[in-house]
Amino acid sequence: MEEKPRIVVTRTRRPGAATRDFVFTADMLPSDGALKDYRLQAWKTYASLAMPTTREEAWRRTDLRGLPADSFRLPTPEALQGLAPIPADLLKPLISDQHGGQIVLTPGGASVEVDAALNRNGVIFTDLKTAERDHPELVRKMAGQIVRPEEGRFAALAGALSQNGVVLYVPRGVIVEQPLHSVLWGPGTGLAHLSHVLVWVDDGASLTYVHETASPQQDAASMHAGNLEIRVGDGAALKFVELQSWGRKIWNFTHARAQVGRDGNLDWIYGAVGSHLTKTFAEMDLDGEGASGRMSGFFFADGTQHLDLDTQQNHQAEHTTSDLLFKGALKGSSRTVWQGMIYVAPGAQKTDGYQANRNLILDRNARADSIPGLEILADDVRCSHGATVGTLEEEPLFYLQSRGIPEKEAARLVVEGFFDPIMQRIPFEGVRERFQQAILDKMAADENQ
Amino acid sequence: MSQLLVKNLHVSIDGKEILKGLDLTVNQGEIHAIMGPNGTGKSTLAYTLMGHPSYEVTAGEVWFKDQNVLELEADERSRLGLFLAFQYPVAIPGVTVANFLRTALNARRRAENPEDKGVPIPEFRKLLLEKMSLLQMESAFAGRYLNEGFSGGEKKRAEILQMATLRPEIAILDETDSGLDIDALRIVSEGVNALSGPELGVLVITHYQRLLNYIKPDFVHIMLSGRIVESGGPELALQLEERGYDWVREKYENGVAA
Repeated sequence: MEEKPRIVVTRTRRPGAATRDFVFTADMLPSDGALKDYRLQAWKTYASLAMPTTREEAWRRTDLRGLPADSFRLPTPEALQGLAPIPADLLKPLISDQHGGQIVLTPGGASVEVDAALNRNGVIFTDLKTAERDHPELVRKMAGQIVRPEEGRFAALAGALSQNGVVLYVPRGVIVEQPLHSVLWGPGTGLAHLSHVLVWVDDGASLTYVHETASPQQDAASMHAGNLEIRVGDGAALKFVELQSWGRKIWNFTHARAQVGRDGNLDWIYGAVGSHLTKTFAEMDLDGEGASGRMSGFFFADGTQHLDLDTQQNHQAEHTTSDLLFKGALKGSSRTVWQGMIYVAPGAQKTDGYQANRNLILDRNARADSIPGLEILADDVRCSHGATVGTLEEEPLFYLQSRGIPEKEAARLVVEGFFDPIMQRIPFEGVRERFQQAILDKMAADENQ
Repeated sequence: MSQLLVKNLHVSIDGKEILKGLDLTVNQGEIHAIMGPNGTGKSTLAYTLMGHPSYEVTAGEVWFKDQNVLELEADERSRLGLFLAFQYPVAIPGVTVANFLRTALNARRRAENPEDKGVPIPEFRKLLLEKMSLLQMESAFAGRYLNEGFSGGEKKRAEILQMATLRPEIAILDETDSGLDIDALRIVSEGVNALSGPELGVLVITHYQRLLNYIKPDFVHIMLSGRIVESGGPELALQLEERGYDWVREKYENGVAA
């Protein structure tokens, strides 16, 4: 006998509908500048798009209902006054003994230092506002070409209203020996830090560039939305390190894409340890024949952090090679999502694509989602992927403890070992040390934060 | 002189009693062998002495250097001077042999003195190379991930390397001979013999007499159904070699069953 279930509705749930929205208005658009038209177009796109909801595939696992969108204001030119200054540690060179140049972006301002020899070679490394004034043609050629406003509401918002950013151009054939470094420092509460970073390594040129985003721990929310557009020309090479260590009240949204030309090479290292919530789209387009790219991701979430990383390896041409390895650890009741896609365009034969995501869950309440994907429209390709979610096992810990290593230290050793394959891919000791320090800090942190 | 004293030890795993009143005394400087058929609780004894969390001690005592061992965590037991050479050492991916051993040595130093800065790298390197040559290991071995992709012989040598580096006072070798060919068995045994002496007590757990041709025990114990039923000198092992375990079973198990 079948019993008819009695349905009782105790509450209605509107999945993903944000309750609060931004209060930005069109009159906040700059009235002049090289990017005036682009910004206006981006604004129109922004205005036409609603806040993403969990009904959209890309946002299915990241819920923005808690985003206090109406609390965010654009920083004024005097915004930095009275806010925490940037810690000296963040200004230290991460890669060699010295920088070829360093840019510090702060709310409402920027400071730029560049080796004069670089300027003589035609290298441009400056903040967005200065670049709009001094290199309008170049900036117009770079902005909105690789990350388009239509890609999402945050891309459109950052495009329209970005107040800060970096413009980095390396002319044809120029080999920049000393690494360039920029830091976006975002102190303050109730602020929307909107940034736009434009990088173009022209044909045959080569560069190592580190871009960091960070803020102090504060007691109320701020947000960051950033676009990152990278072009690696034919035969050019870029080593790019991106480090995210936002404070724990920051809602962080980024759209990053790198296009790699014929026989160009990109080595992209991504590290994320901060923020309250992060949603990142990181894509690599291998557009020219023989282009190759590697993406190496390090992330470690704890407390109630939520990190949602979307990666895409797009093989648009023949003989292109991509290799992605993202490794993440989780503590507390944190949540991470990695969703990766290898796309091979029709006719992109002889491509070789690989992606792997490994996750290590250190506490019962943490959760990692790992979603690999392949979309292959050519027939002579080699593509594979791997995804794992594991926990800290008892036997290795007991083994280490039986050698006199206390439990906490044993766990740290296992976690360091877990991340070692990523460390092996990072040719910069300073960056490795930064990641190792993050592991130490996170492993030592009290879980009740 | 340190003494490991086991009194009336009862141990269960998942509610099933494996050790049923085991008594044993091992002094520093002595070599003991525990022999017995499979499934008799030999490895349970090894894991329990080292403090594996899955083994539940339901009765009995274990004392070492005036300390109630059963109250100590595995890492504390190790720092007190106990060592277990595992029958199946687990792989620790991403952690090199050298990094692991340095961490283990530093954990000892820091337990003595919280301010300790750790063993200086050159000193550590010298120590490690010296111990590795004792076991006929290539120096490249130090840079490999611990137990990952090691052959059976490499795993056992790595266990003895750890023992040589950590210098325990009582070492338990759990089936260290299993899976070894004759050459590896000889190298491992020579390593153990080089380390043994008045400073080291050894408890060799083995199924076969073979290992005891290389590591000469002062005392031999026969274990059956969770207890030590016979103890004697080296001649007891030879007796087992000749006659097998059947006579022991007949003598004790039948009695228990009756």
